[in-house]
Amino acid sequence: MKSILTHQLFRRFITAAAVLAVVAVMTGPAGSTEAPTAGFTGSFSERSSFFGFFETVRWVPFLFLALVFFGVWTLWLSRGAQIKSGVSQVMQVPRAATQRRPVRWGIGVVLLFVALILPHVINDPFWQAAMVEQIAVYVLLAIGLNVVVGFAGLLDLGFVAFYAIGAYVTAWVTGALPTPPLFGIHMDPFFAIPIAIVIVMVAGIVLGVPTLRLRGDYLAIVTLGFGEIITIFANNLYGITGGSQGTSLIPHFSLHIGPIKYVWGLAPVPYYYLTLVFVVIFLLAFSLLEHSRVGRAWTAIREDEVAAESVGINPLKYKVMAFAIGASTAGFAGVVTASQSNNIFPSSFSLAFSINILVLVIFGGMGSIFGVVLGALLIQTGSMYLLHSPPAGYQSSDLYIYLGALLVVMMIFRPAGLVPSRRRRREIVLSEAGEGHMNEVLTGDQP
Amino acid sequence: MLQVTDAVVRYGAITALHGISFNVDQGEIVTLLGANGAGKTTTLRMLSGLHAPSSGSINFEGQDVTKTKAHDFTTLGISHVPEGRRIFPSMSVEENLEMGAFNRKGSFSDDMERMYVTFPILKDRRKQLGGNLSGGEQQMLAIARALMSQPRLLLLDEPSMGLAPMIVETIFRIIGEIRDSGTTVFVVEQNASTALHLADRGYVMENGRIVFGDTAQNLLHDERVRAVYLGESVEGA
Ligand SMILES: Nc1ncnc2c1ncn2[C@@H]1O[C@H](COP(=O)(O)OP(=O)(O)OP(=O)(O)O)[C@@H](O)[C@H]1O
Ligand SMILES: [Mg+2]
Repeated sequence: MKSILTHQLFRRFITAAAVLAVVAVMTGPAGSTEAPTAGFTGSFSERSSFFGFFETVRWVPFLFLALVFFGVWTLWLSRGAQIKSGVSQVMQVPRAATQRRPVRWGIGVVLLFVALILPHVINDPFWQAAMVEQIAVYVLLAIGLNVVVGFAGLLDLGFVAFYAIGAYVTAWVTGALPTPPLFGIHMDPFFAIPIAIVIVMVAGIVLGVPTLRLRGDYLAIVTLGFGEIITIFANNLYGITGGSQGTSLIPHFSLHIGPIKYVWGLAPVPYYYLTLVFVVIFLLAFSLLEHSRVGRAWTAIREDEVAAESVGINPLKYKVMAFAIGASTAGFAGVVTASQSNNIFPSSFSLAFSINILVLVIFGGMGSIFGVVLGALLIQTGSMYLLHSPPAGYQSSDLYIYLGALLVVMMIFRPAGLVPSRRRRREIVLSEAGEGHMNEVLTGDQP
Repeated sequence: MLQVTDAVVRYGAITALHGISFNVDQGEIVTLLGANGAGKTTTLRMLSGLHAPSSGSINFEGQDVTKTKAHDFTTLGISHVPEGRRIFPSMSVEENLEMGAFNRKGSFSDDMERMYVTFPILKDRRKQLGGNLSGGEQQMLAIARALMSQPRLLLLDEPSMGLAPMIVETIFRIIGEIRDSGTTVFVVEQNASTALHLADRGYVMENGRIVFGDTAQNLLHDERVRAVYLGESVEGA
């Protein structure tokens, strides 16, 4: 008896069944005050179609899916994907790392090409807008947060603060706030780009210098607080920010150089190309940074802060740099969003937003630029798809349940993310083997 | 070269070092002996800026370094091999050595080659990950990494910890070579016999105090040292 219960296949089946049971409840009917358990029982007992073939009760198709999941897991996932069995492969260092790079560049060029022609292929206005507001902007945010979380190993739960600052700076310099704009001039949003980037980087430094001495959980809590503080400021400083109404007077980008005159209007496509240019610039800059002296300092600090100090790295300096550099993308993203939508509200800069970006980074693969971009594309496209053509019973607030479930599944099967950064994978394998001092940073213990 | 005067170090309410004084002269190997918890690691953490003393002073080559930050020590000419080696686990041997030269300007490839001559095993393992090295190899890598900053004073925290006697012998032979090539060495050890056979001078630490110091020769024959640290029973003691 005991041997059956502890058998790996049995445990796997129970896990698969449990996962699908959760999915069944998540997608099932809603309860009500009169019948609070109806949602739960109905999730299993309601009549439904077995993939369009025949009519049956709901638990049958889900049991079927659980069996499929179990089969896929046993036959395929448990072979290559589990990180432990990939040890020997991960540990062969340099050859594979250099071999992969041309492939990545190749994929990058193809993706860029696809990105360039995409607006001509997709005519649906919903998707055209989503490509800017929900996908390109989120890619930008994810690659910025990746610098902080993935490269420097700092858990930042308040990334939205920098995005909000970017948006409010745009509103400010264009004269859309109750506060008079800089030098009294109503500037074009183009000028907001450098100003916002500089201001968020300064905000990163101001927040970073006192707080980045903290480790692990403490830093996460402080950044969480910072994110909330910025939103509350925006909400309550009525005379400066416009309060909870925000502002809806932010102009579109426009370009006047001699005879050239172009105004970015309500159509999302011009914004898409503008954002794409910046995505490419940030991507190139960050990949250079990753392999630079600064990138190596971040790796050293992440792996062993004491050792990093003993070879002469100033941890605080490099952590603050990571904070400021990561924030720059959020600053730019804030400018684009503000100018494109013309309006900003404090309520859109919520904690959920920070978490959403963090999910993109974790899902894609912390520390892997390529992975994070891919993760952002997949998740954001997926969540837009759910919004565009929601399955029966889906409500937009369900999104976070799905994202949460996705993260749980990721942690089981691919803890280092979809496209793991090689170094991160090595770190996980080695720390499971008890090498290194990563845990100190995670648990906040002083060495 | 290095002069420590009345240094007190506290961990919160606990006083780990009760005003210690000692000195290290150019070209010496000086060892600091003591039982577990005596305060040896604390002394080294203080000497490398990881934990500032709450009173007292540290002077290096005529410069007051009491308040200097840990990350500035390599540029001063002091390099610390921390307790437990602490190499970067996901970096290769080569990358670890490069990190050791983090604050150096210009090329350091000859130094890298020199490390491979001193530690031939590291040359064979140059592409291997630090975390996959054996304990002895990691210790050698930690020392080599510290030497990459071209220190004039090398601080070593229990280089023999957890290693087989043969490896310990190799490591101490290399420490001798490092001194002969002009780097002063301050080494903390529990393995008193090995350390004293190599060192020029030694200090003995108990409960956060330096109880005595002398030449290594004299310490090897000192009854108190023999009884406590060399594991020999002395009649009447
Ligand atoms: N971070 C810390 N917080 C509080 N007390 C500490 C801390 N680190 C060390 N101590 C205390 O300081 C004293 C000296 O510790 P230290 O690590 O310097 O000893 P050591 O001589 O290096 O011992 P070992 O040979 O075991 O390495 C001990 O009593 C220890 O408990
Ligand atoms: Mg110690």
